[in-house]
Amino acid sequence: MQTLLRTPLYERHVELGARLVPFAGWEMPVQYEGVIPEHLAVRADCGVFDVSHMGELVVEGPRARELLQSLLSNDLGRLEPGKAQYTLLTNERGGIVDDLIVYELGPERFLLIVNASNRDVDLAWLREREVPGSDVRDVSDDYVLLAVQGPRSLAPLGLPEAPAFTFAEGEVGGIACTVNRTGYTGETGVELLVPVEQGPELWQEVVERGAKPCGLGARDTLRLEVCYPLHGNDIGPDTDAVSAGLGWVCALEKEFTGVDELRRVKADGPERRLAAFVMEEPGIPRRGMAIAEGGEVTSGSHSPMLERGIGMGYVPAELAQPATELTIDVRGRPRRARVVKKPIYSREEKRGGG
Amino acid sequence: MAAAESYPDELRYHPEHDWARIEDGEATFGITWFAQDALGELVHFEAPEEGSAVTKDQSYAEVESVKAVSDVIAPLSGEILEVNRAVADSPETVNEDPYGDGWLVRVRLSDPGEAASLLAAEAYKARLAEEA
Repeated sequence: MQTLLRTPLYERHVELGARLVPFAGWEMPVQYEGVIPEHLAVRADCGVFDVSHMGELVVEGPRARELLQSLLSNDLGRLEPGKAQYTLLTNERGGIVDDLIVYELGPERFLLIVNASNRDVDLAWLREREVPGSDVRDVSDDYVLLAVQGPRSLAPLGLPEAPAFTFAEGEVGGIACTVNRTGYTGETGVELLVPVEQGPELWQEVVERGAKPCGLGARDTLRLEVCYPLHGNDIGPDTDAVSAGLGWVCALEKEFTGVDELRRVKADGPERRLAAFVMEEPGIPRRGMAIAEGGEVTSGSHSPMLERGIGMGYVPAELAQPATELTIDVRGRPRRARVVKKPIYSREEKRGGG
Repeated sequence: MAAAESYPDELRYHPEHDWARIEDGEATFGITWFAQDALGELVHFEAPEEGSAVTKDQSYAEVESVKAVSDVIAPLSGEILEVNRAVADSPETVNEDPYGDGWLVRVRLSDPGEAASLLAAEAYKARLAEEA
């Protein structure tokens, strides 16, 4: 059996009584107090996640921009130093090798924060396609990454408001870190990138300022409520961005790997689409369950905000329209669900609906 | 909030982390503190039909937390007389009070003699210690 990797905060998690599980080769906290209280803390107040398992790749050199522009789906031309962008690493079939955030550190220097499970794949993919004048390095082991998320995440950390998808050097309690206005929860928040040595100290500081330690369990339910796809579940090398509803991060007017196939899918219309649904009967949809009308569940869970089962899955395109009724096979029991507009949960609608 | 760990002496235990409170040819079933703790906060109880038969050592219901679903194993055989509607409506009741308000079903036993194979609290606790 392969030895699981541990983040530099492992001891802190054990001290806090976290339940640890294997995830993408890492031994990670799935929960501390419980998934539901952690989820609710992020929606109402503030939570902190150790996401140091994620990969950090640096691409630099005079041709770094050119390399990334040819490999990533979104238009790097819209970036500038201090700005970040959600984008896809695509294959020749228009499939998704990984989804990631690219940060422009400088005109010739970019940081890619990638999924833990794809760190090696991404590194190999980029290295194989490197051109003279571009250099790709894996710096993941040098950093701790903390996601501090929730409507009250910035002020307690003494951080200024900033637009989403920007970043700047900053400090929390005197600990210097890169402050990224990004996240995976649908809430306001930051992701703090700090050298490994300061990681435990920064975690302590953030927790003392009131952020509730949250595990991967809440991270999954939070992202599912706002329909952020999970690579390996909802998207992957065999699913294309247009069918996945990620056409908005594909600059089809530029040239990049797989663009021809994506243009074709866009022009013809996808045969199936990634739909979000809410259960109308008891039961919790889970990954792999069949959808009677066609397709299967790619992500499913209980929504702590809606207090019912929710999920996503690929269905024939004509069934992806909101209000369409679906039938989920919940371990042999047919249960009714309804397609909803993404995201499944949003603060505004919650307010508007009382 | 979650209950403190306990395994009451008056109950009989099945190794699959279920308990039975046996009274005059009937029994109440539930899941143990260990089972609810391992699952985390319950969000769904897939209850059996009242009047249906349950067989010792076989699944008669499902309980689900956010992360996991688990079969609930019948500690004894019989017929379901009553399902705890309060748990169907508020599954977290099981976490709050696994041996009291968090009971799952009431059963008319078809073979009360089966109870001889169940574990007393001390024996169940010893099993948990072995598994840990």
